[in-house]
Amino acid sequence: MTITHHLDDATILAFAAGTVGEAHSVVVAAHMSLCPTCRAALRAAESVGGGILASQPEAAVSDVCRAATLASLDAAPAKKHFPVPHGELPIALSRALGGKSLSDIKWHKKAPGVATFDVPMPKGERTHLKLLRIGTGRAMPEHGHGGEELTLILKGSYSDHMGKFSVGDVADLDEEIEHQPVVDSAEDCICLVATEAPTKFKSFWARLVQPFVGI
Amino acid sequence: MASMTFNMTEKTALKPRNDEYSALLTRVAQTRDRAAFAALFDHFAPRVKSFMMRKGSNAEQAEDLVQEAMIAVWTKAAMFSSDRGSVSTWIFTIARNLRIDRLRREKSQLYTDLEDFDAPDLRTDAEENLGRSQEDNHVAIALAQIPEEQRQLLILSYVEDVPQSEIATRLNIPLGTVKSRMRLGYSRLRKLLESMT
Repeated sequence: MTITHHLDDATILAFAAGTVGEAHSVVVAAHMSLCPTCRAALRAAESVGGGILASQPEAAVSDVCRAATLASLDAAPAKKHFPVPHGELPIALSRALGGKSLSDIKWHKKAPGVATFDVPMPKGERTHLKLLRIGTGRAMPEHGHGGEELTLILKGSYSDHMGKFSVGDVADLDEEIEHQPVVDSAEDCICLVATEAPTKFKSFWARLVQPFVGI
Repeated sequence: MASMTFNMTEKTALKPRNDEYSALLTRVAQTRDRAAFAALFDHFAPRVKSFMMRKGSNAEQAEDLVQEAMIAVWTKAAMFSSDRGSVSTWIFTIARNLRIDRLRREKSQLYTDLEDFDAPDLRTDAEENLGRSQEDNHVAIALAQIPEEQRQLLILSYVEDVPQSEIATRLNIPLGTVKSRMRLGYSRLRKLLESMT
């Protein structure tokens, strides 16, 4: 797998700092599991966090806390590192789906050639995570974004004015960007999409369809 | 706001170097050495506590998290690998993940540890070279050298946990500007850090 579209550094920083929403964090972690370049960038971003932690002033820790920590060590066995087997899906997504595979989930057909699945998020979470399955040759209506949107390609491919997006590629888009992806793989294109707000479609047709497609 | 957020102590030169924390952690991993663990606790616990309080925890919550994070240091010691970063960075990620889990009030574990999918045989040279035992005070030195407007955003993000969209609202600047300052600050930091190793 050759990855050509990476995460924005601003997204990697936000992930390292721990300020991205749940849906976006699943997409970022899923991409990280496929992309050594972004993992390297994340390590650098995390080392900034480590340096900031190291330079914090010291806040006195109570004797109670220290004693309680030391006393619990015997009951806290060492964990070994078990490499995670490479399944069909990146581990972060597999966890979000409760272990289900893409063939287990109940797709909702929204329009001809378009099916979606809402990945459950914790109650009160402001971000949305969705799987999107689009048939070959289908164009998504041109749309802009209400907030930050992250799309990871899991199967198939699509192209838009930014280029071709294949398995492992991520589209990390600002709200100003408008695009009209067209699926160009023989098989369906399946993407994982994190959004902050419902995606805004531009065309009249799309406005009619949007409540129906709901992406 | 940003000025109080990290302090470069003049004492850094007198403190043990990262390799020493790394050696302590190795002793914990290999021989379950309690004295080594206590030394790590005494160094890191007060910093984790203060870091958590900066993020809005009260003293009690911060100590709960300190305890949880330091127990994770004990149990996961064998997973630490010094060629991927410093002990501080490792503890930073442990504390970050615990805090996120706690905020979400469920053990969803969606915030994956890099260790989960970063088995040694999957690593690449690029990764090997990047986080290599960066001296933590290098980060403080590098942070001091980037423009204030970039540093301020990094601090808001890392120390105060403010999402980028909220930083834009707070400072009354477009989100695109927040992101481009973040990118600039980060790329300058990376260059500075690489020049120091």
